[in-house]
Amino acid sequence: MSISRRTFLGWIGAAGVTSTIARKAQAASNKEFKGYPDASAVLHDITRCIGCRKCEAACNAVNELPQPDRPFDDLTVLENKRRTTAEAYTIVNRFQPEGDVQPTFVKIQCNHCLEPACASACFVKAFTKTPEGPVVYNAKVCVGCRYCMVACPFDIPAYEYDSAFDPKVRKCTLCQPRLAEGKLPGCVEACPTEALVFGRRSELLKVARGRIQAYPDRYVDHIYGEHEMGGTSWLYLSGPAFSEVGLREDLGTRAAGEFTAGALGAVPIVVGLWPVLLTGIYAITKRKDRIAAEEQQVAVTDAVTRTQADAQVKLKAALDKADQDKAAAIEREVKKALDAAEKAKEQE
Amino acid sequence: MVNDATRSPQRYLTPFNVVAGLIVVMGLIITVMRFTLGLGAVTNLSDYYPWGLWIAFDLLVGVALAAGGYVTSAAVYIFGMKRYHAAVRPAILTGFLGYALVVLALHYDVGQPWRLPYPFLVSRGTTSLLFEVAACVALYLTVLFIEYSPAAMEWLGLKRARAIVTRLTIVLTILGVILSTLHQSSLGALFLIAPAKLHPLWYSNYIPIYFFVTSIIAGLSMVIFEGGLSHRYFKDKMDAEHLAAKADVMLGFGKAAAWVLAGYFVVKVIGIAADNNWHYLATGFGAWYLVELLGFVALPAFGYAIGVRDKNLSLIGWTAGWTVLGIVVNRLNISLIAFNWYLPSEDRYFPHWMEIGISLFIVTLGVLAFRFIVTRMPILYTHPDYDAH
Ligand code: SF4
Ligand code: SF4
Ligand code: SF4
Repeated sequence: MSISRRTFLGWIGAAGVTSTIARKAQAASNKEFKGYPDASAVLHDITRCIGCRKCEAACNAVNELPQPDRPFDDLTVLENKRRTTAEAYTIVNRFQPEGDVQPTFVKIQCNHCLEPACASACFVKAFTKTPEGPVVYNAKVCVGCRYCMVACPFDIPAYEYDSAFDPKVRKCTLCQPRLAEGKLPGCVEACPTEALVFGRRSELLKVARGRIQAYPDRYVDHIYGEHEMGGTSWLYLSGPAFSEVGLREDLGTRAAGEFTAGALGAVPIVVGLWPVLLTGIYAITKRKDRIAAEEQQVAVTDAVTRTQADAQVKLKAALDKADQDKAAAIEREVKKALDAAEKAKEQE
Repeated sequence: MVNDATRSPQRYLTPFNVVAGLIVVMGLIITVMRFTLGLGAVTNLSDYYPWGLWIAFDLLVGVALAAGGYVTSAAVYIFGMKRYHAAVRPAILTGFLGYALVVLALHYDVGQPWRLPYPFLVSRGTTSLLFEVAACVALYLTVLFIEYSPAAMEWLGLKRARAIVTRLTIVLTILGVILSTLHQSSLGALFLIAPAKLHPLWYSNYIPIYFFVTSIIAGLSMVIFEGGLSHRYFKDKMDAEHLAAKADVMLGFGKAAAWVLAGYFVVKVIGIAADNNWHYLATGFGAWYLVELLGFVALPAFGYAIGVRDKNLSLIGWTAGWTVLGIVVNRLNISLIAFNWYLPSEDRYFPHWMEIGISLFIVTLGVLAFRFIVTRMPILYTHPDYDAH
């Protein structure tokens, strides 16, 4: 039932040549996206993994990573649960699910999601989902904000914290450079038990389903990665429940971009509505101010007119009074003169 | 306003200046280490915790606490609450300094700070909420700078330029509210992409709304809190209008904060109900969540309400300080404490002392800049040659 790794060599060649130019990561848009059908993928059959760490060694070699403190054939390393780091793009962990006699080994690395959280999160588009399958990283634009690491649901990307001048995000490349040369990924090639199989994702899904059907007692009836977080290019088959061997089952099937689509969609609404609303409120405030000012103006004018009218009345009264006084004075003078004249007449 | 000639060297050797000076020296040393030895030498950041104290405190808390600028200017200029006018300039100044320091802190945190303009100039990652945050913060820092500039222009005697800028007040205020709404909420929305990592009690589809509402609470509380401090330490710089406005601002902003806190409490409870998260309340994280919800949301709501009812200014002042602390707790919870909550303790993060050192250093720079400006420029008083705008 197993498919020879070599069969796939030809396929990669075909896939690699027909579409070498990476298109933009539609992964991050809100459009319905069902993945690139011809994209390459790897099926990891956990039930076949013997925990030899040959894949770790191969990955270290093909990526020219520094030698670890303890050699790859030292299997005591498996006593502690480890994760990927900037110096180890893939890790094999040992699990001892309850009730099992034999331990289970699981290899982890970037799952090359169909709609990667890391790509959706990056604010300089440093990650791209290529049509060939690999999620690739462009170190030339990365600012080092590490939001991709926050976003990745599988805790995969790692950072070179010890580099002062050129720190980079580090993760499995699905051996994209080797694929371009028509070679298999380093880890797949090194695996002695064919626990790793390379091929087209659509084909591998069929292979996986075939295995589950042929050996229903051996496998959980689920292909991990078929739908998790919108689907991944690394697929897993397991005997024990996935959550017991370190593969989270609470991730759901929605791609990461769907969680943020709502918040992003709210931006144009805020930008469109706020100015209108705020200007409206400002206009009302201003109008209130203006009406208040106008009312004040009216009151002032009123007061002024009233005072003026008052003054007029007073003035008139004063003038009248003055007129009367004048008239009285004239009358008095005339009377005086008349009196004087009369007196003079009498004296004559 | 300060007669420098009367200052003797002894006057500089105040306990505050000595402590501030030591912190600055320490900060400069760590700065050199950070930029020559790398992040690993001065931080406890790990692959599980790519974001540590500098994002949690310097970015998330910093931006929230700098919200006083947009809250106050919107209240005064858009809603016409003129009696709070005296609070505008200090709030704008705090906002401007706050955002400037946030941007400074980001230079420490990102791996390659010289590439910070890349999201705008080289490769625009528009699907990222971080892109939106970056764009809004950059624009808003500019807006705040222009909003603050009249004070500096009055100090420098640039009458013509000041006249032009003050005519833009309304436009700038509206722009400030839009940009603040966007990035305050988007800072929360950053965590939407990681539903599997944030504890379900803190993860919610409403998280952008929570962040926006808490920014209003933070803004109101910071204006009160910082007004109280200014009143104590810079009283000699305040003119009659500012001294008289203090009680008005405290009562008005305290009342607003009480209402917003109460509303926030209600939406939080609705959030728990919507996700049906009640059962988590019985766990350890649930207890901690209740501490946050009851101790730092419900309690200050009552504190403000009672303080306003009894016109108890010192209760309002203490409540403001407590609320600010609550904002710190909330942001640390979301980005550190409830983040990766399921990890075993040896994989969890606790800040390196040098990370704390840099955060302290940056806060100290802010306080020193604030003091430098308010002792020279017309922030806490109205310049006699100019009308208030
Ligand atoms: S596993 Fe993580 S790093 Fe890899 S593609 Fe998916 S989100 Fe990106
Ligand atoms: S660390 Fe680099 S790759 Fe990751 S999100 Fe930030 S800029 Fe993008
Ligand atoms: S595909 Fe390549 S980079 Fe990825 S784990 Fe395998 S060897 Fe390493």
